[in-house]
Amino acid sequence: MRPEQILAPMPSGLCSKAGGFHIDPTRPVDKALITHGHSDHARAGHGHVLATQETLDIMRLRYGENFAGSTQAIRYGETLEISGVRVSYHPAGHVLGSAQIAVERKGTRIVASGDYKDVADPTCAPFELVPCDVFITEATFGLPVFRHSDAAGEIRKLLHSVTVFPERAHLVGAYSLGKAQRVIAMLRAAGYDRTIYLHGAMEKITAYYRERGIDLGPVELVKGARKAELAGTITICPPTAMSDLWSRRFPDPVLAFASGWMRVRARARQRGVTLPLVISDHADWDGLVKTIAATGCSEVWVTHGEEEALVHWAHMQGIKAKPLAIVGYGDEEEHENPAPADAETGAKP
Amino acid sequence: MNRFAELLDRLAYEPGRNNKIKLIAAYLRETEDPDRGYALAAMTGALSFRNAKAGMIRQLIAERTDPALFALSYDYVGDLSETVALMWQPKAGDASAPAIEDFPTDLFATPRDETKLLRNDPSPSLAEVVETLATLSKAQLPAQIARWLDTLDETGRWALLKLVTGALRIGVSARLAKTATASLGGKEPDEIEVIWPGLAPPYTGLFAWLEGKGDKPVSSDPAPFRPAMLAHGIENGDLAALDPEDFIGEWKWDGIRVQAVAGRDENGDMVRRLYSRTGEDISPSFPDLLPSLRQPGAIDGELLILRDGRVQSFNVLQQRLNRKSVTPKLITEFPAHLRAYDLLADDSGDLRHLGFAERRERLEAFVGKLDTRRVDLSPLVAFKTWDELIAARANPAEGGAGDDADAVEGVMLKRRDAAYVPGRPKGPWWKWKRDPMTVDAVLMYAQRGHGKRSSFYSDYTFGVWNGEDVLVPVGKAYFGFTDEELAEIDRFIRRHTVRKFGPMREVTHEPDTGLVLEVAFEGLQHSTRHKSGIAMRFPRISRLRWDKPPREADRLETLETILNSVIPGRGH
Repeated sequence: MRPEQILAPMPSGLCSKAGGFHIDPTRPVDKALITHGHSDHARAGHGHVLATQETLDIMRLRYGENFAGSTQAIRYGETLEISGVRVSYHPAGHVLGSAQIAVERKGTRIVASGDYKDVADPTCAPFELVPCDVFITEATFGLPVFRHSDAAGEIRKLLHSVTVFPERAHLVGAYSLGKAQRVIAMLRAAGYDRTIYLHGAMEKITAYYRERGIDLGPVELVKGARKAELAGTITICPPTAMSDLWSRRFPDPVLAFASGWMRVRARARQRGVTLPLVISDHADWDGLVKTIAATGCSEVWVTHGEEEALVHWAHMQGIKAKPLAIVGYGDEEEHENPAPADAETGAKP
Repeated sequence: MNRFAELLDRLAYEPGRNNKIKLIAAYLRETEDPDRGYALAAMTGALSFRNAKAGMIRQLIAERTDPALFALSYDYVGDLSETVALMWQPKAGDASAPAIEDFPTDLFATPRDETKLLRNDPSPSLAEVVETLATLSKAQLPAQIARWLDTLDETGRWALLKLVTGALRIGVSARLAKTATASLGGKEPDEIEVIWPGLAPPYTGLFAWLEGKGDKPVSSDPAPFRPAMLAHGIENGDLAALDPEDFIGEWKWDGIRVQAVAGRDENGDMVRRLYSRTGEDISPSFPDLLPSLRQPGAIDGELLILRDGRVQSFNVLQQRLNRKSVTPKLITEFPAHLRAYDLLADDSGDLRHLGFAERRERLEAFVGKLDTRRVDLSPLVAFKTWDELIAARANPAEGGAGDDADAVEGVMLKRRDAAYVPGRPKGPWWKWKRDPMTVDAVLMYAQRGHGKRSSFYSDYTFGVWNGEDVLVPVGKAYFGFTDEELAEIDRFIRRHTVRKFGPMREVTHEPDTGLVLEVAFEGLQHSTRHKSGIAMRFPRISRLRWDKPPREADRLETLETILNSVIPGRGH
């Protein structure tokens, strides 16, 4: 049967008419299957939500108890049948609880991978390859200039900077779900054992990661710390906070930003970043093409990002490919809540 | 090479001068000879080898990539070297076609992060790159660059391409690099400047001395640069504490400070050089002036353009500067002239330990011996009391500068008994510029600053009213205010933002609401780049006029009147 009869792109997201559900819908629907907790994929207001326990917990932390009419948790590797469509969840390696969703009917299998990365991350389950007929991929970094090798090297760069500038504070801009905790865990893996400070926006999610048994070492809110104490320390904050009034509490801060976008200099300069760290939770170009090839798929659908180059590449490999142009997915940061109110410096919430 | 690449990468983003010095010093401390010496040479512009052209780099990448993917990538990144550095695929190992069976195990057993650590790093050292480039022929260059690109990581490739195309552009001056180098041994940068002309990459002797492992290198240069002595600005009350009898007055010329040095090499041939204030050798730009340096010695003076014996304005001089090629036409139209005001050495040796009055006497004799119209003496300003000096400063034409008053930007005071010391010691030399012009303008746009100021709106675009009662931008200023004033302006901007464009904000500028800034500037020029038709020289914020409503700010006609008037020394 044609794959579009199982799953088809609609303005509201990927929709399975046969199964009566959507995957990561961008507007409220009856039945939503959610890949992961970033707010461009996980929105509030659906009738029923099926997701991993971690994703459900994260949605609850972000949107409150009543984020959906009802919820159901599913484990990695578990299979459910929804109106004759077999559905299973598999680790995507993106953030804690992130999943690829495999949808199968009459011998045709489609994998909606959500956001994913194919490199090691101490804070979430590693990406699992699911062979399929149609692979639905993101293309956030879908250009061959995006190569995110050696995240550990970027952490070494940060630690070297802390030794060269012991009198300055280091601010590391990182998305509050996933990247922040990964940076902390990687600092620990590199042997950094001092207190790592947190912006208030990071507090809840970080506490949740620790509850789930991820060791992040001594972590404290930066709110109570005096300016002089912050010399030589590392603070993790939302990227937008670095150019905010909030940053004035730090002694001559070094502005670092952990993101795949930092691969391109103009991007880093635009944001006034002085220490770009190329650490991404998305697959880079090599990761995308390697994964697509390895799934053995005969067709690729590209949901969002730099789809043109990836579609071109797939055609060169003899793989059918098309962009889905679903509006509403993108950089999770854009969808994150702004930094919380900061009474001391008078910033508006 | 990778370490040097990391340094360049970091410097390219770091705006703060002191922070740059720290980064360079840390690199020099952590890196072995001869690599660190070549790095210093790269930063001071002391390397010379055949540069690669952009066309060659394009050709290299075309052999390795799909043209459509390259076009999309280049379009996205916008910079050729950077695109190539990021896209370059080493020949060995093709990541695009993995075998399915080795996928999951291979992927997580040896994360890509660590594969590089497992093998021996085959990437070249900086010394290898520099030494090889010096011997390569043009035909050998592309293949060698490709081999290096194959072994370097993204940052390494980016740095290599910057190095081979001859444009580091990382915001590091030679002086800054030398300052960082000096800090290794707790020395002053001027100590390095003094011996620098006699040194050559990779500077192993220099580093040995700085680290206390060797003697101070001796300069053998027959025409070395001597670090310049600089003056402090006179502020309110300074004069009252000084005795006019202790000082000699000079005009402060609106040209560029240079050092003209001549000396005989071991063969007895005369070597002549012209240095900028910071020690950069600018001789090739002024071939018309060099032959006049007929006597061994070192003159401290001002480079000016003279036409029919009259000093031309700075605007005229600017047309002679920063030219790629010095054509005969340029030399005829803009003849270079040296106005001498100090002598640092003559055939008897170094004179810097002598008092200024004594050096001045020697200078007068020296310039007489040169016997050329290209070099003359900067006249002294006669005064017995401070009031006489004040009068001369207020009206240089009457005060002795005559027809050259156009090019006078103030007066200099030098203590008769002061030796010539490098840097900016307080006391022996004073500069006293003429009062700047000011205009009341209205703040229109503000942009966030960099580094320490990255959370502050510290770059201001201001405007004045035109004939149709519309504000037109006339300039941009980003200093002149105190930290407290910066905080006040920042608060005002955040509360009065009309629109945002990225890091830029448009600020309310209505007749009754807005912020009036008193802007001080040194001169005006016609400009085709600005809508107002006017460009300001050296604008800075002199006062915040919270008391003044924008409707009372100045008008464009006021500036046009200043521009077109012939106030001596001011109207250019």
